[in-house]
Order: sequence, then structure tokens, then C-alpha cells
Amino acid sequence: MWQVALKMLTGDRAKYIALIFGIAFATLLMSQQVSIFIGLMSRTASQVLDVREADVWVMDPRVRYIDEVEALPDEALGRVRSIDGVAWAVPLFKGLAMFRTTDGLVNQVSLVGVDDETLVGAPRVWLAGGLESLREPDAILFDAQGADFIWPGQDPLAAIGKEAEINDSRVVVRGLVDASAPFITFPIAYMRYSQAITVTPPTRNKLSFVLVRARDGVTAEALASRIEAETGLQALTRDDFAWRSILYYLTRTGIPVNFGITIALAVIVGAAITAQTFYLFVIENLKQFGALKAIGATNRQIAGMVLLQAAVVGALGFCLGIGTCAVFFSFTQDVPALEGFILRWQVLVGVGVVVGLIIAIASLGSLLKVFRVDPAIVFRG
Amino acid sequence: MAHAVQSHGIEMEFGSNGTRTKVLHGIDFTLDMGRLTMLVGPSGCGKTTLLSILSGTLRPTGGDVDVMGRRITAMADAEKVRFRRDRIGFIFQQYNLLPALTAAENAAMPLVAGGMSLGDGAGRARAVLETLGMGAHADKLPRQLSGGQQQRVAIARAIVHAPALIVCDEPTAALDAQSGRQVMDILKQVSADPGRAVLVVSHDNRIYHYADRIIAMEDGRIAGDSADDTLPEELHVH
Repeated sequence: MWQVALKMLTGDRAKYIALIFGIAFATLLMSQQVSIFIGLMSRTASQVLDVREADVWVMDPRVRYIDEVEALPDEALGRVRSIDGVAWAVPLFKGLAMFRTTDGLVNQVSLVGVDDETLVGAPRVWLAGGLESLREPDAILFDAQGADFIWPGQDPLAAIGKEAEINDSRVVVRGLVDASAPFITFPIAYMRYSQAITVTPPTRNKLSFVLVRARDGVTAEALASRIEAETGLQALTRDDFAWRSILYYLTRTGIPVNFGITIALAVIVGAAITAQTFYLFVIENLKQFGALKAIGATNRQIAGMVLLQAAVVGALGFCLGIGTCAVFFSFTQDVPALEGFILRWQVLVGVGVVVGLIIAIASLGSLLKVFRVDPAIVFRG
Repeated sequence: MAHAVQSHGIEMEFGSNGTRTKVLHGIDFTLDMGRLTMLVGPSGCGKTTLLSILSGTLRPTGGDVDVMGRRITAMADAEKVRFRRDRIGFIFQQYNLLPALTAAENAAMPLVAGGMSLGDGAGRARAVLETLGMGAHADKLPRQLSGGQQQRVAIARAIVHAPALIVCDEPTAALDAQSGRQVMDILKQVSADPGRAVLVVSHDNRIYHYADRIIAMEDGRIAGDSADDTLPEELHVH
């Protein structure tokens, strides 16, 4: 009977295509929105995750996420270095600064000051220049999107060698890096730590974070606990700090609620389209199922037919929707607003489960109707 | 002559408690093998309801029905489905062919429901279609066939598994006169098999002369039977 089921399904080409596209649309809607949400939330931790050399981030105990900086006194660096298990510890500055081009255009930038000696904290993927270019006098680096933001319409590489001012101090663009897109839209600028604390307004403390590498044989978790116990500062492993930042945005902003509503609507719309289309498909074939029952097809055979039809349109629609979503992110990977947004396998599996549930519910609803259909229906004109 | 069907006091009511309507009032009759029996009467007299009960697609509210010696009114649903599949052939007024299947595949449905593959079933059905003059149309879809041709496919579907009882609900109602005659000619031939009974429900008096026996119904009761010369005068066929 499975051949009959497939022929019934594909026999009406218009309904067959409508069914597949309904499920594909629902899949695309859900997977795309969930992926964008996850991508957006990942951006809140991108500056933490980009610093791969550091196992532990040390900060003021009041800091709740990466963009909330409560500077430490300079001696904190020495205290951290003195902890047993620390291989090395370097300072990191993070703050905002005003960047002015020679044309007089002003932009606020997110300024990162990396350790003068080791340059730990600077990105490792270079589009122009190189790590050593940070050591040049008045050097400043930008991420490619930042350069495009500051000098719109120009090739970002043309920014190399340009002079500008940051908080009224002369700087020269010496390189372009490929940094993960941050949550806030400011361009990211990198300087040496000594330069960064010089060009920013004077405050009592300037040390935003201390980046720490654990000695071999010492786990990041154990070292973080030890630093906290011995210094009274807050010390988090790289992953813990990344999650702390993500959770801050999840719990303290309206983003999850708004995206949650969008995703819920996507699920509801997708479910409604899918379930209704499939239900109507079965209902329109009710008389055919009635005839089959009269002829001698069992409820079990008919259930198998309906479930096979559901599985086929579900699988095809899901593959089409997920494929479209993957193509979407592939084509938009260079669009700054969507950079770094990808279709994760977890999203694929999750959406697959949701689509499967929708199809299962629609199938069961249809099956109840088919089971109840009286085979004598075929004698009623 | 062996009885294909024996019914005893069939009663049928529809509706809920407050609005129950009795449509069959204690019907007793038998159907013989090797004969074409016609159940006739005005619309609403209960013909189709009786046909549905005799074919095991509707459970009566009272009485018993034996088909080929088996009491189908006492069968569980699953057993009744198997019995219908193996022993009864159906011909419907609106043909009820599956639009996505070819004529041969449609005709093979009872075999496929019994577990045969669609390809093998269609092969067997093709031979049956040949005997009905439909061999050239075996690979056509229902929408490519005329009403008469579709009904012949339905006949092929009804006989492909060699059932002992064939029930036909207004088989000529949707056909023109010539197509109707062709269909009835075939049914007449089919009924000549001594191991088979054909029951036709109709109110088309142009085909009454095909019947070996006519049972007239009125208001849910048997109003006359040519077998015992109680048929109303207006239904006498010459």
C-alpha cells in the first residue's frame, strides 16, 4: 500500500508542492530566526572568545559582562602574577574613545589596549599588516567592518597608512584584522596598552582586565578559584566569562523576549501552515480512504499510508527549508549585520524535532478523522 | 440453489435519542448464487442503507446478516474488513477510483489491500480489464476515461479478486443510456457464475429487465418480490 500512498501524495502535484513548501517555509522561518538569535547572543561574548591565549580573565568583582568595565588598580596585575599556577598575566584595557578622521568625521570606537610586550589580546587573523605593526609609533588597528564603518564606500585596505586622531592624539592605521563581530556596533580599534591608557581620559584606575595563562598541569577552573581566594578579585575562565556575558544579555535585556516572540510566532505560523495543509490534504482524500476501507483496507494499512505521506513531505520540506537557511547564511556571511551567523547543527536538530512534532500532531489529527470515517460514506453519492 | 445472503429482521435507526428515525423495519430476505438481483424503490426508501448493511460496511441496530454462511453482523471490525476484502466486490455510483492510479492499478486495489504488490496486482487486473474490453485503457488515469469506462474499471476492481458477492450501488446512475447498457451487460455476464451473486441497487427502470429477480422496497420495508409474485404491477418487466 505504500506505493499507493506515494502515488496519492504525488498525484495531485499542486497540493504536493504546497505541502512541501509549507513545511519548508516553517523550517526556514524557525531555523533562520533561531540561528540569528544565537548568533546575536554569541556576539556578546565574541571579544572574550577571540582572546584564545588567556585561560582566565581577572576583573573587578562588580563586573557582570564584557562591556561593563570597572577598572582595577595597577598593582592588581602584580598580585595576580604572584599567584602560584600562573604562567603569565598581562593587562588589557577596554574602553570607548572618540576617533576623528582627517576629514573631520567623528566616530566612537571600542578601544582595546593589548599588552605592549606580548600583544596578547590582539586578533590573530590579519587582512593587512601584521602583529608587529602594533609596535610601530602611534599604531592603531581596526577590524575590517570597523574600517568600512569609518570610511564608508572605500576599500577597507585603503585605510592603511591613514592618519587620524583618537581623543585628540595622533594615530596611524597600521593594519586590518578579522575580529569576530561584537554585540555593540562601534568599530573595534586595537592599540598597545601603554598607548591606550595615555590617549584615554585620566582616571584613577585604567586596568580593565588581567589576562592569565595557567601553568601546565593547572586547570583554568582551579587557577580562577585560587586567584579569587588570594586576591579578592573576580576570576573567571574564558568560557565562564563568555557565558556570563551571554547570560547578562539574556536576563537583563528584552532581546530574548522579543526573539522568543518571533520564534514562537514562527513555530505557530509554521505549525499552522504545515498542520492545516496536511490535515486538509487528508480530509480531501477522505472519500478515497473511505473507498479503500470499504474495499478491505485495514485501519493499520491506512495509518501506514498517512504516516508515510507525512514522513515524505516532512522530510522533503525540512531538507528544503534547512537547505535554504544554510544557503541564506552562506550568501550573507560577508554582510556585516549578519557576519558570524551560522546554521548550527544543534539548531538543525532542534528544528527537525519541532517539525517532526508538528507533522506527527497533524498526522494524528488526520488519522483520527480517517479512522472514524464510515466506509459506507462511499454509498452516499 | 445456494444462498449467498440471508438476512433476518434487519432494523436500522439513525439519529440521537430525541430524533431517532427508523429507516429499516425488520427486513428478511435471501439472495441466491448465480443470479442478478435488483433492489429497487424510490429515493429514501432504504435501499442503500440495506446494501451497506448487507456488504458489512454498516452495522444494523437490529437483526442478523449471513453472507456465504458467515454471520457478518457478529464479526469484529477487523474480521469484517478482511471478509469484505476477500469475499465482496463493490461498485459505486461515483466509481470512487483513486485519481492518481491508472485503471489497472485501481482495479488491483483489493489485491493490493490483501498484500500483493501494486505491480503484480496491476498485472492481474490488466487481464480482467482485457475481458471487459478495457485493455487499451489499462494505463490511463481515471480523468482520461469516460464515465462508462470508469465504471468498467470499477467492475474490474469488483471482480479481480473473484468475490462471491458483488454489490452495486446505482451503477448506471451517472452514465448515459448506452454506457449504462454496456455496464449492465457486463454485470449480467458476471452474475452468470454459479459461485457468485450480484446485488444491484437502482431506481433506473431502463435496466430492470437485466434482473433475474427484483425486490421492491418502500418506506424501509420489502414492498414486493418477483420471486414470490408480489411485485407491484408497475415494476413488472416484460
